[in-house]
Amino acid sequence: MSQPGLYIHIPFCKSKCRYCAFYSVTGCLSRTEEFLAALRQEMALSSDWTAAFDTLYIGGGTPSVLSPAQLTRMIADARRSFSIEGEAEITVEANPADITTDLLKGLLQSGVNRISMGVQSFNDALLRFLGRRHRGMQAEESVRLAQKRGFDNISLDLIYGIPGQNRKVWEDTLRRAVSLHPSHLSCYQLTVEKGTPLHQEAAQGRVLLPDENSQAEFFFFTSEFLQKEGYLHYEVSNFALPGHESRHNRKYWDHTCYLGLGPSAHSFRAHQRHWNISSVDGYSNALTTGHLPVEGKETLNQENLRMESLFLGFRTRAGICLQDYNLRFGGDLLKEKKGAIDHLVRGGFLEIKDGFLKPAIKGMAIADSLALL
Amino acid sequence: MDKIRNFSIIAHIDHGKSTLADRLIQFAGIVEDRNFQDQILDNMDIERERGITIKSQVVSLPYSAKDKKDYTLNLIDTPGHVDFSYEVSRSLASCEGVLLLIDAAQGVQAQTLANLYLAMEHNLEIIPVINKIDLPSADVDRVIEQIESELGLDATDHLKCSAKMGIGIEEILEAVVTRVPPPEGDPDAPLAALIFDAKYDSFRGTVIHCRVFNGTVKSGDTIRFVYNNSSYRVEEVGHFLLQREKRDRLSAGDVGYIIAGVKTVSDVRTGDTITLENRPCAKPLPGFKEVKPVVFASIYPIAADDYSDLSDSLDKFKLNDASFVYEKDSSAALGQGFRCGFLGLLHLDIVQERLEREFDLSIIISVPSVRYRFTLKDGTTLFVDNPAHYPDQMSILKGEEPYIRAAMMLPERYMGAVMKLCMEKRGVNSTLNYPTPGRAELTYEMPLAEVIFDFYDRFKSITQGYGSFDYDIIDYRESSLVLLDILVNGEKVDALSQIVHRERARTRGLQACERLKEEIPKQMFKIAIQGAIGGEIISRTTITAFRKDVIAKCYGGDISRKRKLLEKQKKGKKRMKMIGNVSIPQSAFLSVLKSDAE
Ligand SMILES: Nc1nc2c(ncn2[C@@H]2O[C@H](COP(=O)(O)OP(=O)(O)OP(=O)(O)O)[C@@H](O)[C@H]2O)c(=O)[nH]1
Ligand code: SF4
Ligand SMILES: [Mg+2]
Repeated sequence: MSQPGLYIHIPFCKSKCRYCAFYSVTGCLSRTEEFLAALRQEMALSSDWTAAFDTLYIGGGTPSVLSPAQLTRMIADARRSFSIEGEAEITVEANPADITTDLLKGLLQSGVNRISMGVQSFNDALLRFLGRRHRGMQAEESVRLAQKRGFDNISLDLIYGIPGQNRKVWEDTLRRAVSLHPSHLSCYQLTVEKGTPLHQEAAQGRVLLPDENSQAEFFFFTSEFLQKEGYLHYEVSNFALPGHESRHNRKYWDHTCYLGLGPSAHSFRAHQRHWNISSVDGYSNALTTGHLPVEGKETLNQENLRMESLFLGFRTRAGICLQDYNLRFGGDLLKEKKGAIDHLVRGGFLEIKDGFLKPAIKGMAIADSLALL
Repeated sequence: MDKIRNFSIIAHIDHGKSTLADRLIQFAGIVEDRNFQDQILDNMDIERERGITIKSQVVSLPYSAKDKKDYTLNLIDTPGHVDFSYEVSRSLASCEGVLLLIDAAQGVQAQTLANLYLAMEHNLEIIPVINKIDLPSADVDRVIEQIESELGLDATDHLKCSAKMGIGIEEILEAVVTRVPPPEGDPDAPLAALIFDAKYDSFRGTVIHCRVFNGTVKSGDTIRFVYNNSSYRVEEVGHFLLQREKRDRLSAGDVGYIIAGVKTVSDVRTGDTITLENRPCAKPLPGFKEVKPVVFASIYPIAADDYSDLSDSLDKFKLNDASFVYEKDSSAALGQGFRCGFLGLLHLDIVQERLEREFDLSIIISVPSVRYRFTLKDGTTLFVDNPAHYPDQMSILKGEEPYIRAAMMLPERYMGAVMKLCMEKRGVNSTLNYPTPGRAELTYEMPLAEVIFDFYDRFKSITQGYGSFDYDIIDYRESSLVLLDILVNGEKVDALSQIVHRERARTRGLQACERLKEEIPKQMFKIAIQGAIGGEIISRTTITAFRKDVIAKCYGGDISRKRKLLEKQKKGKKRMKMIGNVSIPQSAFLSVLKSDAE
């Protein structure tokens, strides 16, 4: 099995985006120190994770709201508590508005070698609609600055399917993104999560969301556009220049172990997934009394694992390694599902190649249904 | 034996049988007040949800009469809906008398008459009881008049009550004691007991409900079923007092149950006679008339693996629903299944629901059909209740379909709309009466097939629930018939075929396509649905494929959430039938019979 990944969740944002369902709090940046102390405690309590990590991903929330000094200190803490490989992929998510020379310097010094920039769009009207606090131009400048300072592995997050965003506006955003030569792009379809202001507005009919058909149009257009620019469409929402696929995310998709630290973070090890309390207070309280801040856990049986392998596998272009799959779950997938698979192959959704059951792009688009085959 | 009275409560639907049973049970004091609930004998969930009685229920009531003697009154509450009339007729075989209930506001109705005739066939003592006298709209005089003129009974003997308010209850119990004759029979003669119902209990085997006409049976006896000579040792006998209550013995005149560890369900047949192995009775009891189903449909398991499970379950179910008949059947599209006969659409609906609830089955029911009669050019006639057996169109000389007389009661204001509906349903020879001002009684002669086809729902919605509807089958009439097939992606799905009137064929074909388009969810491939008559396509529609179903992110915690969602979808998918590569939900099959929701 490959090496485990380490994730740290920074639960702070300067303001809340209108579509966001991640766990983060705003307006209490004064509490970052208290949080970092708790995090240090959680690291200490997780000393049973002794295997060397080959990825570290600092996400959120908005990690870049921490000061360069705090980030540096936190990474140093992690390095002290765990074994993190010299060659490890170390990613920090950042808001373009927070990028400063100081921050970049600090990150470089701590060994961070990848920045995931929350650009979302280059269109200012849409950025305002989403409730983002940066502007398009600013994002471009931040990316260039990071590149100048030596970050050659930069990923941009973009969102499509935003109310009011037509195909041209999206194409323009893609064009501007590509002109910055990022090594990686994550293009997400806007999902309206319950409990967000956007959900409320959509429910009241105040904003009009694109229908299934135009969502599909966006998806296929994006795929074609970026592939022409030399990016591999290696997962439903992820694109990379060859060799720049995210090493960390891959672990979520193939049941590699990962340790998640911070409120609401999930961990997975030995068929067990557990998740932390989704509140900074609850999280800190647990740790000050010496307990792991675990809120819940589930043990996955073979059937659960099988379902996950299928739907996660069909989300990736590489697909499902038949030998691995058959070994893990017994039987012979191709034989058992022959009728359905043949039909899907004929329909151009799947191909069987080099021992893999691989989705075509149009197969990835319906990965969920493929998993129910 | 002269301390036993066996009687049924019979009436038209909703005239208050179960409510009267409640009052009699409470009078007998066999249930504590805090455990009491309305219509306590309607103990199936499905009965309580729908507010109707589906099964007859026996309850033995202790009663100290005014003559200072203690009696056991075996009361059987029966269903009023025409689809369950077989329950009534079997109950009557165990009785010496009936309470014929008549709603004081509604008066004599179709099932009042039908059930009265059943009671007369059994030579039972008939006590007419006018119920719901508390209603402001009660018209007791008119009902008394009807008892004489329409029922041909002596109205001087009638009783009046309000089951709801508990008025007139003791008088009814007294009448049962004094007017219903005690059972005859000889407790010392060889055993002869009639099986009128049964229920499978996974712990005890089959629980047999019977009426003992002669002899005595007790635990330890070896009984024999006359039908196939199989024999069993009796483990327990007893009475029904809402629960089963063990007794030492059942003797001539008794109504009760026998448990004899019968696991071979097919040994027990309603209507069969039970006797003793070492002292058999000379000849079996008369048994019951055969049921005559009027609506037919096939049942298939959703997963082919469940066929034997379905087969077992039907055997067990049949024990408890003697009016349900079935035989093996197979479909090119749906595989092995059973062709089943039902007493009506409500019956079909109830059977489907009970099979799913009580046996945890996932089943598909094909499009229901009536039984058509064809005369072929070679002179032979044949009955066809399964579109799969439709004869070659060229060989048909004459087709005929069953007609019913529909009797409807409705507030006058809905008359126009209802008449329009009846005409659309090929109704003819109407009659119209006004039994009370503002209330119309309308009859039409209509093809039964049209009633199956979405009549009842529309009637109810037109009359906003204030109309009642009932029917009798009258005769077969000539009709120009054709076979309408449905093709899914070019493949004929025989379970969706229907025999239809030629003039309706085109509309029905279009409607079927539209309904299927609504019921079948979008899938990975586009789906073509066509209606065809004799190979000619008369209607078509396409269900477009969806192109994208994945959502954007899938990290950490989203994975569990997503998996749970998919696991749920997978369960849902198991409830759909795969035909070729198309998943068709259960609801699609019956939806074909629905017209536009208006
Ligand atoms: N006002 C009034 N309502 C009554 C009386 N008896 C019964 N009802 C009501 O009539 C409705 C039908 O009563 P049930 O006892 O379920 O009728 P039923 O004859 O058993 O009906 P089925 O078994 O479905 O044929 C219920 O709403 C009762 O409350 C009565 O004496 N007066
Ligand atoms: S920055 Fe990210 S985590 Fe914070 S509110 Fe916006 S979307 Fe949510
Ligand atoms: Mg009832």
